[in-house]
Amino acid sequence: MISLLQVQDLHVAYISGAGKVSPALEGVSFDVLPGETLGVLGESGSGKSTLALALVRLLPGNAEIQKGAIQFEGQDLLRARPRALERVRGARIGLVFQEPSLALHPTIRIGKQVSDVLAAHEAASRAARHQKTLQLLREVFPADASRIADSYPHQLSGGQQQRVLIAQAIACGPSLIIADEPTASLDPTTQQEILELFRMLREKFNLSLILITHNPPLLAGLADRVLVLYAGKVVEIGPTEQVLGSPQHPYTHALMQSVPPGLDEPAKDRKSRLRVIPGEAPNLAVLMNGCRFESRCTDRMEQCAEREPPAVAMSEVHAVSCFKYGE
Amino acid sequence: MRYFLRRWMQAVFLLIGVSILTFLFSAIAPGNYFDEMRLNPQISPETVAALRAQYQLDRPLPVRYARWVNSLLHGEMGFSFANNSPVAPLLWARARNTLLLTLTATLIAWALALPLGIWSAETRGRLPDRALSGATAALLVIPELVLALGLLILAVRSGWFPTGGMFSVGFEILSPMQKFRDVAWHMELPVLALVLSALPILVRHVRAAVAEVLDAPFLRAAASHGIPQRTLHYKYALRAAANPLISLFGFSLGVLLSGSLLVEVVMSWPGLGPLLLEAILARDLYVVIGGVLCSTIFLVAGNFFADVLMYWADPRIRTGAAAK
Amino acid sequence: MDRLLIVEKIEKRYGRAHVLGAKQEVTALLDVSFSIGRGSTLALVGESGSGKSTLALCIACLERPTSGKIVFNRNEITVLDEKQLREVRPQIQLVFQDPARSLNPRFSALELVSEPLLVQGRLDKREREARARALLGQVGIPQEKALQRAEEFSGGQRQRLAIARALSLEPKLLILDEALSALDCSVQAQIANLLMELQGRLGLTYLFITHDFAMAGHLAHEIAVMEQGRVVEIGAADEVLGTPNQEVTRRLIAAMPRLTAEAHAPRAV
Repeated sequence: MISLLQVQDLHVAYISGAGKVSPALEGVSFDVLPGETLGVLGESGSGKSTLALALVRLLPGNAEIQKGAIQFEGQDLLRARPRALERVRGARIGLVFQEPSLALHPTIRIGKQVSDVLAAHEAASRAARHQKTLQLLREVFPADASRIADSYPHQLSGGQQQRVLIAQAIACGPSLIIADEPTASLDPTTQQEILELFRMLREKFNLSLILITHNPPLLAGLADRVLVLYAGKVVEIGPTEQVLGSPQHPYTHALMQSVPPGLDEPAKDRKSRLRVIPGEAPNLAVLMNGCRFESRCTDRMEQCAEREPPAVAMSEVHAVSCFKYGE
Repeated sequence: MRYFLRRWMQAVFLLIGVSILTFLFSAIAPGNYFDEMRLNPQISPETVAALRAQYQLDRPLPVRYARWVNSLLHGEMGFSFANNSPVAPLLWARARNTLLLTLTATLIAWALALPLGIWSAETRGRLPDRALSGATAALLVIPELVLALGLLILAVRSGWFPTGGMFSVGFEILSPMQKFRDVAWHMELPVLALVLSALPILVRHVRAAVAEVLDAPFLRAAASHGIPQRTLHYKYALRAAANPLISLFGFSLGVLLSGSLLVEVVMSWPGLGPLLLEAILARDLYVVIGGVLCSTIFLVAGNFFADVLMYWADPRIRTGAAAK
Repeated sequence: MDRLLIVEKIEKRYGRAHVLGAKQEVTALLDVSFSIGRGSTLALVGESGSGKSTLALCIACLERPTSGKIVFNRNEITVLDEKQLREVRPQIQLVFQDPARSLNPRFSALELVSEPLLVQGRLDKREREARARALLGQVGIPQEKALQRAEEFSGGQRQRLAIARALSLEPKLLILDEALSALDCSVQAQIANLLMELQGRLGLTYLFITHDFAMAGHLAHEIAVMEQGRVVEIGAADEVLGTPNQEVTRRLIAAMPRLTAEAHAPRAV
């Protein structure tokens, strides 16, 4: 199948006022198939939010895309002109952010904010836009779409605000949705409702989905494949059951160990100490030759500090960047 | 509605306070209108005393205040000794001219400050922003008086502008259209002086307010929906920055009004400025009080208007979310 | 077991002035009773708005309950006046969700940890510093970082600082208000271990407020579930998790994302 999105060797760095360069993403490559859900798993500092913004070219001014290619629906977004990008954003790629309370304009009515997205991409009469806005809101609020349309963001709960953001993201029938920690600020029950909504919309509109999170269990029932980011690099990518169920990279393995045991585990396993990854994520502003995880890794070998491990194919669909599996 | 009622009450109390204060200060300030007469050997001390009694200047302060309030309620605002007429009609004629100048300058200053400030915020740290910062900094350090005098010299030297006043000779025989153009021509220089004095502050505040929201997550979210940059900056950013800017609007009215009093004097515009100056020099008590009160009313009205705007612009005030 | 904290039938109502002048009353807590044994952990689980944080504030003596009784360390604190409360407060410390917001970013680690001692007027300068350094060691902040400013620490390390600061006054009870929720998984595990270790070493009692049942099950001996200002279910952690009695408990447990295989619904791409 031809991939919908293909990211090749993406390098992004932040440049401080003093000209100091801190890399945020280094050599990130992956692809997303039509209708596929890719989970991006990464902790703070892994570069996961940078990735989301880089994909639609909305990085802040102090960030620079140094090299790479982002092929999406036949064009390279890194070489696209600003007008062409405006036609892709919102129309072909929808974004859903974390902190929905901050992602909506505080003093514009919800209905207006949704119809502004339509107005940006479609020439339609005001009445037609209004109809379409209500129809969109009904997708995410079956019961009270018109009341929501007349509300201001501060009158809605966090879950409702996130639904509005999702309505905006799907407004123009995109083929890809990028959701960056869409549920991090929500209650567990609301979180499940939002994930359920993603599932439903994904089937209904045949969407591809990039779901970015720091929380491995979120991806378990939702993602087809998982990409693990550590300190700006892809350390492991593969089918969800394999990456989460039998992680191969030492980082992924340690990360899964540090998740508190589920309720289905025997009770005696609880109350004991959790297995943790010693130390802290590296400072990317300091130049490193070897593997980024080397200093915290329990399986480290001689070459780990000297060279970067290449991606090793465990199978046709599963790749791991670690010397444990050869060169 | 309670919100406005409260604002109204505040305004009324403010005006009462200002009137009492100006009364107090005028009582403390040395000398009065009739002191000058005393120096004149042709006027007998008895005449001066009689005049003082006639205008009740020999009565205690509270009584004078009560009489003044009474006359205010009758639409007179006291009596001008120098002009030998009630103060109110005198003030009104001049206040109209001051308002004409101030409001025109306010509109033009804001019409320029908004796009310039947004442009500056958009190009943060780059050439247009730096050039604008430099220009506004330069304008900021020039005192208003120097600015007005400089423009006046320009007018005298070049002859492009009238050097003062509001009307040309023979204004009465002009057609309405010509009248309008004549006044507009006379306004150019004072309005320019006012706009130039207020513009740097406004541009800097608009830049700061917009720059702050340009980084807001909701703008990035809106950008991610492909909403074009023009809409983003002029609609989304400006609306989000509305609260500080509306407060600034009330403030700018005050700045322009006080600037206007000065510019009017320099450019001999028949507004409140020259009237107030003459009244102060002549110790024409009630004109001074009336003038101060009049300026305060403008200010209060400006701020009240800003409150109305704020109420309209921010649904969080309207729906009482602030109480949450 | 000896109970360090006993909460009996407390109620908290807020009177809120309505826009039109009529007073509206909001009940935040209703008939809440429970107790925590010395040296053990009680997890308080519930959705946002269920009254967890109000309860925390009442126990920390920062809010007064409208009615009911709170007994801390055999002392009925609900009848104390402001002056007496000042002596109880240091024994109950709070750690919040977002250390970035609760710690002054410009203070050094050492200053942050010794500040409560300074405010309480305990110890002289040398002793304060020695004590602060010892505390930093206890929470795993290396000595060479003692002079770094709070803003230069990572999220996990800031949470360690917040814990050290809370421990500086030798409290008996630590209220952890969503103290792990904002952290990454691997960091969460580190802090959870630190908390268990400190409990073992110092005999601390924890009130662990969370919406994460997995972490509650891991850390707590007992779990209380709150809904709309009431404690609807309370019991030993394994019992509450294993055989939940209440609808809301079942719903919250079901909402937990889990890693187990049955949750994977493989989809044809």
